[in-house]
Amino acid sequence: MSRSESLTMTGIPTGKVGMWWFLASEIPVFGGLIASYVVVRLGSGGWSDASSHLNFSLALANTFVLLTSSLTMVLAFAAVEEKKPRRLQANLLLTLLLGLTFLMIKGFEYAGEIGHGFTPGAGIFWSFYYGMTGLHALHVLGGIVVNLVLLVAALRDTLRPNEHRVELAGLYWHFVDIVWIFLFPLLYLT
Amino acid sequence: MSSWFPENVSTFGGDIDSLFYLILYITGAWFILTEGLIVFFLIRYRRRQGSKAAYLPGESLRQASWILVPCVAVLILDLWLDFRGADVWAKIKRQVPPSDLVIQITGKQFNWEIVYPGPDRKFGTEDDLQIDNELHVPVGKVVHVVLKSKDVIHSFFLPHLRLKQDAVPGREIQAWFEATKPGQFEMPCAELCGFGHSGMNGQLIVQPQEEYEKWVQEHWPKK
Amino acid sequence: MNIFSTDHKVIAKQYLSVGLFWAIMGGLTAYMIRWQLAYPDTEVPGWGFVAPDFYNMLVTMHGTIMVFFVAMPILLAAFGNFLIPLMIGAQDMAFPRLNRLSFWVFALASVILLVSFFVPGGAASAGWTGYPPLSAKAEYTGVHWGLNLWLLALALEFASFLMGGVNFLTTAINFRAPGMTFFRLPLVVWMQLTAAVLFMLSVGPLIAGAVMLLMDRVIGTTFFLPEGGGQPLLWQHLFWFFGHPEVYVILLPGLGLVLEILPVFSRKPIFGYRAIIYSTIVAGMLSFVVWAHHQFLSGMDPRLVMPFSITTILISVPFALIVFAMIATLWRGSISFSTPMLFALGTLSIFILGGLTGIFNGSAPVDIYLHDTYFIVAHFHYTLFSATFFAGFAGLYFWFPKMFGRMMSETLGKIHFWLTFIFFNAVFLPMHFVGLGGMMRRIANPMQYAFLQHLQPMNIFITVAAILLLLSQIPFVINFFWSLRAGKRAERNPWQANTLEWTALSPPLHDNFERVPVVYRSPYEYSSPESPEDWLPQDRPPAVAQS
Repeated sequence: MSRSESLTMTGIPTGKVGMWWFLASEIPVFGGLIASYVVVRLGSGGWSDASSHLNFSLALANTFVLLTSSLTMVLAFAAVEEKKPRRLQANLLLTLLLGLTFLMIKGFEYAGEIGHGFTPGAGIFWSFYYGMTGLHALHVLGGIVVNLVLLVAALRDTLRPNEHRVELAGLYWHFVDIVWIFLFPLLYLT
Repeated sequence: MSSWFPENVSTFGGDIDSLFYLILYITGAWFILTEGLIVFFLIRYRRRQGSKAAYLPGESLRQASWILVPCVAVLILDLWLDFRGADVWAKIKRQVPPSDLVIQITGKQFNWEIVYPGPDRKFGTEDDLQIDNELHVPVGKVVHVVLKSKDVIHSFFLPHLRLKQDAVPGREIQAWFEATKPGQFEMPCAELCGFGHSGMNGQLIVQPQEEYEKWVQEHWPKK
Repeated sequence: MNIFSTDHKVIAKQYLSVGLFWAIMGGLTAYMIRWQLAYPDTEVPGWGFVAPDFYNMLVTMHGTIMVFFVAMPILLAAFGNFLIPLMIGAQDMAFPRLNRLSFWVFALASVILLVSFFVPGGAASAGWTGYPPLSAKAEYTGVHWGLNLWLLALALEFASFLMGGVNFLTTAINFRAPGMTFFRLPLVVWMQLTAAVLFMLSVGPLIAGAVMLLMDRVIGTTFFLPEGGGQPLLWQHLFWFFGHPEVYVILLPGLGLVLEILPVFSRKPIFGYRAIIYSTIVAGMLSFVVWAHHQFLSGMDPRLVMPFSITTILISVPFALIVFAMIATLWRGSISFSTPMLFALGTLSIFILGGLTGIFNGSAPVDIYLHDTYFIVAHFHYTLFSATFFAGFAGLYFWFPKMFGRMMSETLGKIHFWLTFIFFNAVFLPMHFVGLGGMMRRIANPMQYAFLQHLQPMNIFITVAAILLLLSQIPFVINFFWSLRAGKRAERNPWQANTLEWTALSPPLHDNFERVPVVYRSPYEYSSPESPEDWLPQDRPPAVAQS
């Protein structure tokens, strides 16, 4: 067993303990940004004239994309437990592609908004919109890189004895998904 | 002791100063007690021939009460200080006594742009007058200031009136004071505002009623 | 030094080296600040004239360097990395390669901060607190890339310490030796863990804020600019929500070092081990709800002020308990005055004064006068300097034999202590009175104000004492480097202390222990009735009863 997989004093795998603490530190990052957005928005005019310019359907599609990618990530980990390497590779690949799809749709959205003059400097709503979705997108990109590394290892059959890393990457990916679940209504449904 | 602070010429300055001294006596007592005990223990229990330390882990309630009971005393004194402070805070910052004297003070790197409303007591009218860095007020009257900023955060500080309030761009923040004697007092900026922060200053000129009225006459002559 | 090593002891020393380098830089900025204050608009010897915007940069970088590049690397990264695995009986950290990466990221942050001094426009100059709009628009300070690099350096430093925090917590949770229950952990470890939790949970909003400020500066957003609908006060909340727990992130590890050293040189258990732990946890939790005491006069709703004033004054209670526990540890002890003990006692006595002046600042009406004066500067130097330097030196003198396998000179150590103690107080005690006289923070020339001119003799006195304080560190530098080469070789346990690190070699093997230790008792069994000697190591098996 690798060190980060070994069971120790508490019986909880070390890698999982580490990942939970990492996620615990990430929550206040988005929490701070989201709380700022909510407080500033509640204290001001409401900004719905600004938010009405967002592309609701694209964001809705993106929400499905991300939710599905969480599903494929769960399936990838299930494939690890059931020792089905082909299924693992397929689901990791799907997760990756869905993640890239998310980023592409987001990029398309940005392009449209900037084309209409809604740049980051166009007003306080747009500052928050680009800040929150931009930071989230960077985290999606990070997750994609991690999943790519895992996919390559799975294809080359060098993942053993570290298959538990799929679960850890899954925890991170679910976190990124959950952040979007907050961002979507706060930005697009208000 | 009274020479530590600049002279107090504010109606609420005494409240702040007395609260300061109350805290000084309480914290002073704790200081003497704790530091005194430390020095005493260091001398009394220094290592000597034949001296042995006592095995006192402080885990039982009886032993631990030696440190728990003083903590209760700390707590009680803390809460008392807070209640005293709440009254003073409410008086100074949570209300503005009625006054017909309102002056706008806008911080702008690196001056106080002071706008007097003139006899019509309205801002934005023809008789408004801007005098940079000079705040003229009558003695013994409540002065209501509205603090603004055109660029960065400044802080309006009147040391002799024990008044301080940040001036934030995009906001209009109220403050008030009442001077108890005439004189000329400085009005520095107390929040880092750029390379000219040091030296950003003004003069508060408190005048007896007749002199103040003369000053008003000079600047807004009746036709 | 091997920059590819994953050994926690090597990484600890690397953090220590960088931290000590930045301590010298921080001291130099202090020298220049104090010279300008005492002798305004004269040439600083060894440098030249200090222009007003350069002065603002000095003040900014002094704070940034001391908090983020001296206190945190030395107290958390160096001592935490070195001591945690040794004290819990582990071979290394849970994630040795993550540990390696964390130092590289920190080193990169250091390089970026250093570079920021040399870009056109100079380094950041909006205060270590960086309030917008001053910090949000380059034309307000004249600093362009300097402030952007400052934000980047801080973000990388935060990332490095987040990695460290994950490592410290995971290691302490999962890699304790058999028998090492949580309530047998040394207080150093408890304090490091609490600090790690505080840091991990509080730094997020400031990371968000730093991203927002960088966006305002670089891509034209208006989070903090009122002309675009933004709110300057938002930054203050995000900054201080982290900023206040941050001071306890620094303080707790410092106090932990003192709590470890006092029992060893009193030959008595630490008084109230569990009470201290519970107090620490309470203080940690309270630290999340006091932040706006930095903002009483900011324009925040005055109704919010009293709740924060109450929580602020309440946080004095758990710290009072820890202070009382330290004093009670001395009571009926058998006290010897080694250099580590002197510095530990120095930390305690100085911290008491710093904590007490906090009561003044926490009282909102009194803060109306004291805010942004030198009274505040005196307060935080009494608390932070004691935690960082007095406790840091205590720890260095105490664990130097374990880290480097040699003993330091006691004579030079005592000279270092007394000079530092005397000159520290000579600098910062008068500073309270300068603050009470109304002298504002961050001004370059007090003589510009008529009401401050009478304080100038005190300012000059402080400056002279400050220069002497800086020079007083020379005995330490000599001692440190000379002892590394030629100090007497250290045995395993020169202090006859109970904790596990003293069972290892001095310095320890790569994997720390020759055999996995087994723990039977608390770390503080000094003068225990169960032992013929006045100490009883954690890993000594209990005496077998004679049948």
